[in-house]
Amino acid sequence: MAHIPDPHLSDPMVPVLARVTNRVEEIPGVVTFEINAPQWQGFAPGQFNMLSLFGVGEIPISISGPSFDSTTIIHTIRDVGAVSGAMATLEPGAMLGMRGPYGTAWPVEQARGRDVVVVAGGLGLAPVRPILYHLITNRANFGRVTLLYGARSPDEILFRNELSKWRAQLDMSVEVTVDHADATWRGHVGVVTTLFKGADFDPAKTTAFVCGPEIMMRFGANALTDAGVAPEDIHLSMERNMQCAIGLCGHCQIGPFFVCKDGPVFNWAQMKPLMAIKEL
Amino acid sequence: MLVETDSCNSPFVLDANGLGRLIASLHASGHRVLGPTRRDNAVVYDEVRSTSDLPRGWVDEQAGGHYRLKREGEAYFGYTIGPTAWKSFLHPPKQSLWSTKTGNGQTEIRPASISDEKLAFLGVRACELAAIAVQDKVFLDGAYRDPHYAARRANLFIIAVNCGRAASTCFCSSMGTGPKAREGYDLALTEFITSEDVAFLAVAGSKEGAEMLSTLPTRPATQADIDASTEATAQAESQINRRIDTSGLSPLLKENPDHPRWNDVASRCLNCANCTMVCPTCFCTKVEEVSDLDGVETSRVQSWASCFTSDFSYIHGGAVRTTPKARYRQWMTHKLATWVDQFGTSGCVGCGRCITWCPVGIDITEEAAAIRSGNKGG
Repeated sequence: MAHIPDPHLSDPMVPVLARVTNRVEEIPGVVTFEINAPQWQGFAPGQFNMLSLFGVGEIPISISGPSFDSTTIIHTIRDVGAVSGAMATLEPGAMLGMRGPYGTAWPVEQARGRDVVVVAGGLGLAPVRPILYHLITNRANFGRVTLLYGARSPDEILFRNELSKWRAQLDMSVEVTVDHADATWRGHVGVVTTLFKGADFDPAKTTAFVCGPEIMMRFGANALTDAGVAPEDIHLSMERNMQCAIGLCGHCQIGPFFVCKDGPVFNWAQMKPLMAIKEL
Repeated sequence: MLVETDSCNSPFVLDANGLGRLIASLHASGHRVLGPTRRDNAVVYDEVRSTSDLPRGWVDEQAGGHYRLKREGEAYFGYTIGPTAWKSFLHPPKQSLWSTKTGNGQTEIRPASISDEKLAFLGVRACELAAIAVQDKVFLDGAYRDPHYAARRANLFIIAVNCGRAASTCFCSSMGTGPKAREGYDLALTEFITSEDVAFLAVAGSKEGAEMLSTLPTRPATQADIDASTEATAQAESQINRRIDTSGLSPLLKENPDHPRWNDVASRCLNCANCTMVCPTCFCTKVEEVSDLDGVETSRVQSWASCFTSDFSYIHGGAVRTTPKARYRQWMTHKLATWVDQFGTSGCVGCGRCITWCPVGIDITEEAAAIRSGNKGG
């Protein structure tokens, strides 16, 4: 008879019980949670967790907190469906299921000694925030640091306080643009790629991290290669339907890749030919 | 001369009575024996209590979108394959993964118990052995293992039965998987007709298989027995008239995502998902949440999913693959091309089920050939 191990230890589909310890509403419909889970051992920037609400369902959510804090788990969730909508209503003390972390990481250390350009669109700022925390904490290890962020409108700008704080730092450049301005907006207007012309980086020595809607990542990566950044030095985070996060359910495939385990972080040399194919 | 056997795996001959003893021995050792039975005018794998449950004297007639059973001969295993794949037992269509119970403000997560049931599969065809090996790679060889599959697999006894006939939909020989079983079994049988009755040339493929064989009433095979069984397998091989040209197939499909043939096949495909359900290697699943009315007890239930449905690729905002063209292309390109990148093997074993059980008779061998020939959808 085969040895049957304890499924708690061996079944990757079974979550642990986690508790919400803090909740901040960032903008309407977007909430950042601090979560405490047993046996958590930290994560690498770019990884995600599978979060469950019992009786509702399970979704993949990237981790938006600092990776040097190995005890607190921070997730920023937008209400876009049944599960994320129910999750967005959770209050401190609420219990949820959690398993992870999963997936590949942003190769932040590959950027050591190089210029770094972070390009984010909309809620895409959340999965790249761990990169920014890492860059700021280890600032001396990197060349010029640029964050280019695009939001739909001024009231959809995420992490507004942190953006102001980062912008005030003399050792990094932060530019924000909106697609649709209102009367209060004095900044850039236009899609995020319009920010590239003013950005100061040496393309031959630049590592770029891009996260946002797929069309924005495609335009962003193309703008970076047009500027002379090598496709292998441009990294992006893909989103697909994920139901297992461990390469067994099949939903997240894009060409030969399982986005959950071969990604979500890929480089542009890997993704460009696949993203060129409609409905792959 | 012994063909493709070595001295410690010398063939023996088992008669029909011996086959019955084999089934009884497996039951006695605590196995649930699953094998071919006749139900709803098809050969389906189900509980086998004795040889009388086997579809003796029935053969199948298969073509694109066509399956019929008819009486012919006296063989126990004269059919080729039916709609059931063995994955139905190793990777069941529906299983609970875990459940929760909430009371007094406390929630408890209860993992689904892992079955210690011992299964025995009787009548596994060579293409099906290959399919089990493919799913082993998927569920056992990656960074994460499916513990339910692993437990069932660890407790499995496999009796392969070599094909003596081929259906018109078979193309195992071009996929390099059959018609003769080469590895991955505990026992392999080849049915042949003697002057009195049917008999089985039996070869052990594992220590457990050899032990089982030693307890059964057998006699050493004669050259005539070996010749008769070789002839049976050769007959099956000679009847195979479909094939897929696998040379360079993986890059060919990946380089042709915009081939007009995809539109052509999409105009015929009903997106019914039958091919993915009967395919012995298709492994995709979805999870669903089941809850009682007050939410006290919930469970996470996994079931087979198909890339032919539009919600398969759904992310907020809509499905990635909205068109039938994109969905058929995903299935066939995955099966024959990207599967190789992912698991080091083709996802197709040449069993032909997707052809037979396609209601409109779409033929994967024809579709692959059309992409290769540059046929512009004609």
